[in-house]
Amino acid sequence: MRITCPHCGERDRREFYYVGDALAIDRPEPDAGSDVWNDYIHNRDNPAGVTRDLWYHESGCSAWTVVTRNTVTHEILDTMLAADAKEGQS
Amino acid sequence: MRVEGKGLIDRTHRVSFNFDGQQISGYAGDTVASALLANDIRLMARSFKYHRPRGVLTAGSEEPNALMTIGNGAKQDPNVRATVQEIYNGLEVRSQNAWPSLNVDAMAVNNLLSPFFGAGFYYKMMMWPKPLWEKFYEPLIRRAAGLGGLSVEHNEDTYERAWAHCDLLVIGGGPTGLMAALTAAKSGLDVIIADEDSIMGGRLNAETHEVDGMSGQEWAAKTVAELQAMDNVRVMTRTTVTGAYDQGTYGALERVAHHGNTVTDLPLECFWRIVSKRTILATGALERPIAFRNNDRPGVMNAGAVRSYLNRWGVAAGKTVAVFGNNDNAHRTAQDLQAAGVNVAALIDSRTDAQTSGDFRVIAGGQVTDTTGAKGLSSVIVKHAGGSETLDVDCLAVSGGWNPSVHLACHTNGRPVWNDSIAAFVPLANMVLGLLPAGACNGDFSTAACLQAGINAANEALGELGKKPVDQSVPQAENASYNITPLWTVPHKGRAWLDFQNDVTAKDIKQAAAENFSSVEHMKRFTTQGMATDQGKNSNVGALAILADATGRTISETGTTTFRPPYTPVAIAAMGAGAQGDGFAPKRFMTSHAATIERNAPMIEAGLWFRPSYFPQAGETTWRESCDREVGYVRKTVGVADVSTLGKIDIQGKDAGEFLDFVYTNMFSTLKVGKVRYGLMLREDGHVMDDGTTARIGENHYVMTTTTAAAGPVMRHLEFVRQCLRPNLEINLISTTEQWAQFAVAGPKSRELLNDLVDDPINNQAFPFMGCGDISIGDVQGRLFRISFSGEHAYEIAVPSRFGDALFRELVNRAEEMGGGAYGMEALNALRIEKGFITHAEIHGRITADDIGMGKMVSAKKDCIGKTASERPGLSGEHREQLVGLMPLDKSKELSGGAHLFERTAEAIRINDQGYTTSVAYSPELGCWLAQGFLKNGLARHGEVVRLVDHLRDKEILCEVCHPVFLDPEGGRARG
Repeated sequence: MRITCPHCGERDRREFYYVGDALAIDRPEPDAGSDVWNDYIHNRDNPAGVTRDLWYHESGCSAWTVVTRNTVTHEILDTMLAADAKEGQS
Repeated sequence: MRVEGKGLIDRTHRVSFNFDGQQISGYAGDTVASALLANDIRLMARSFKYHRPRGVLTAGSEEPNALMTIGNGAKQDPNVRATVQEIYNGLEVRSQNAWPSLNVDAMAVNNLLSPFFGAGFYYKMMMWPKPLWEKFYEPLIRRAAGLGGLSVEHNEDTYERAWAHCDLLVIGGGPTGLMAALTAAKSGLDVIIADEDSIMGGRLNAETHEVDGMSGQEWAAKTVAELQAMDNVRVMTRTTVTGAYDQGTYGALERVAHHGNTVTDLPLECFWRIVSKRTILATGALERPIAFRNNDRPGVMNAGAVRSYLNRWGVAAGKTVAVFGNNDNAHRTAQDLQAAGVNVAALIDSRTDAQTSGDFRVIAGGQVTDTTGAKGLSSVIVKHAGGSETLDVDCLAVSGGWNPSVHLACHTNGRPVWNDSIAAFVPLANMVLGLLPAGACNGDFSTAACLQAGINAANEALGELGKKPVDQSVPQAENASYNITPLWTVPHKGRAWLDFQNDVTAKDIKQAAAENFSSVEHMKRFTTQGMATDQGKNSNVGALAILADATGRTISETGTTTFRPPYTPVAIAAMGAGAQGDGFAPKRFMTSHAATIERNAPMIEAGLWFRPSYFPQAGETTWRESCDREVGYVRKTVGVADVSTLGKIDIQGKDAGEFLDFVYTNMFSTLKVGKVRYGLMLREDGHVMDDGTTARIGENHYVMTTTTAAAGPVMRHLEFVRQCLRPNLEINLISTTEQWAQFAVAGPKSRELLNDLVDDPINNQAFPFMGCGDISIGDVQGRLFRISFSGEHAYEIAVPSRFGDALFRELVNRAEEMGGGAYGMEALNALRIEKGFITHAEIHGRITADDIGMGKMVSAKKDCIGKTASERPGLSGEHREQLVGLMPLDKSKELSGGAHLFERTAEAIRINDQGYTTSVAYSPELGCWLAQGFLKNGLARHGEVVRLVDHLRDKEILCEVCHPVFLDPEGGRARG
């Protein structure tokens, strides 16, 4: 598997650390309520299709990246810095 | 039997090797299989379950029968296909799975018992009585059924791993692959062409057709030479592409030195990871047998393989040969054999409309119903319109048609589709993204069609890569039609073999269907069909055709099993090349490593680090003696320990304080410059992640320490928080663990020692407890932290790593002069347990701040990672197991870690479990063993007596529950 790091370009996935769904970047407010927090901490979808997840370029530039990929076709559709992804949302 | 004038062998170069103790002679270019056949040796193996005599079936890596063990001792290599192993002088080959010998195999008695050993037999018969399975049946079966064995000695062979990158990878060097590589290379693309064979050419080396007016073999050699002359092409022979992975990554195994290469510094094998922008799959097709009674006798072979042995190696597989097929391609075998002067008894074509195709007898509408012969074929029984007759032959060449080699195309879970016109599965484009199937693996079975398909595929790849197509002319070649009428099995009583290696018969498949294992995946597991080392390459399609028939479905509806890498077996030694022994994991050494080894300290691993256990002295016979002495240094005079392995993270920026407030439970923005604070870090789920001290060494500059074990995870976590949660904060992080050497100088005389060393003496005002600041030792600028993990008056002194070795030696020498010395991990552990300090033995991932008595450290004034979740019901309170200290009532008793805690008189069973111990140490100060552990409602149970039970070490010890801080609870010593 090859991931395009926004800083370093295309790299083998062994350089990255995988953490899971990119919703981890959308941390709820402290008073958001237990259901919201429960979803944030524990509940993850397991889609057959497009998914966004977080990869950390641990053996490279230390960038946390949001990788959009298709779990069925194995295509990587987009990679961007997590910081930029967050900015784009707000 | 060798045939004159044919083959790509070098008849001027004789080669001699050993097979089961017998010297066999062949020629350079022979495989073990071709050399054995040339010497009329047909019996090459015994089958897995029934120990039936077996000969070679194929001429390639798909061989299910002729598996051999190569070499002896540590270098022995089991289950090598005789069809792939090239011969060289001195090669040692042994047959497998037979005792006492291949010819006289006692285990062949299994064959007579076969009515009891059908599919599903193990599942049904050997379940009862249950204890017998493990003790009796399984060992028995494992001994009787089997493949080659390992030597169980350490293998000293070298293997290698390597990466390669290219624009276009061409998998397979037959007519399609060669043409594709040539076309693409002419446009300037970086091309890698890989083929598992020792020479490129594929079927061209096994057929008699001409290409462009020369023999196919000559055309292939000429084209390879052309490719090799181009700088942008890499030709890789003996290289099997074993797996297709995401984003154009392919695994490939190169057999570098299995063929007796005399260059000694080469690895045996190299496992390649090849990354390509586009890939052309040109893997060709594999012939499939037909299932009929006793179709497994040595001498019954695939028809294409018989042609391979004849045309590639100049070997006739028999003196009198019959051919049995259901397609036009089978006729070539009869034609080639006859042209070479081999007696062709008959061509039996199951198609009633089969035409005469040469000067040999063609039996149209005929079928082979049975064979005879003890350890090799002696006759075949043929049924045809005129009745039944027996043909005396020593070889039967069988063709049930050809299966495109779709395997790699299916490795990312794509499914091939059934093509009725060739009665086989074919792949679709982009089943693996960027992979273009072409030629025979795509269902094109004539040489002309393959050559054209190679050009087309290359031009398609060029187009996708934004290059102009290349105007490549197609060489002249045969363009014969391929007509087939499927014939999977010849109906007859008795055993008709499908999976030769695993002894699966047509009847077993029907049995699976009868017992409702009608899904192809269930049938596979019930019968073990396709689970042998050839992974069903010869037999799967036939098996699922029989399953389709038995369940009233089409083959298309029945579907295939899942294709997974590797295409052919890959030694773990190749994939893990360089990772044996010292290569298993990186080793991290402290700057004091050499000085520590000089002092004979036994080293223990702490993650990747090596740390000293203790520093033995003359006369000491146990580690405890050394440890107790070292504890005494710190409690009474001064001890020195290397603590550089702790993670050090440099945090700078105007928002550094705010950032730390968010990652730690307690406040750091309020910490004064020149002060250090203990911090507790939670995971977002409310459990403790790590702890450590952080110093503020400037207004916008903090230095965090993490535990040794969590240095990596904490760095990752901090970067996550910085980039993903709080990207608006102005901070930067960098790990400086490797840049600073840091030593604990601990004990009542620690300041005295340091003041002799540093340029400006330190005092309680400049460096109070939990103070920090810069120091200098001559030209060396360092940092000093007054922190203590022992409870004593202590410091940690940090200098740039290049001064670490010198400083450690200096500190230890000075400490020794003062009656102290170096201390290791054992003493460090005892010191911290006496003081109730925790490590990752305690904060093991299921522990909350409240559990370790630090609930109040979660600041109410601010949000932090894990705060909300830590407030959930259930994560604090008296039902929790809480940190306690434990002291034995009988001071002579030795406590142990991992023991469980029970009420004094309760039975030691799970439901009565009250907690467990995490760390233990002997305390010289208190004269007994101490433990840390977790006890249900432990904070409220100090003074109670509980029973420690260690089932593993057979111990029961009554202990008093204590506050975890056993020594100096007021902390006066550290402040002193």
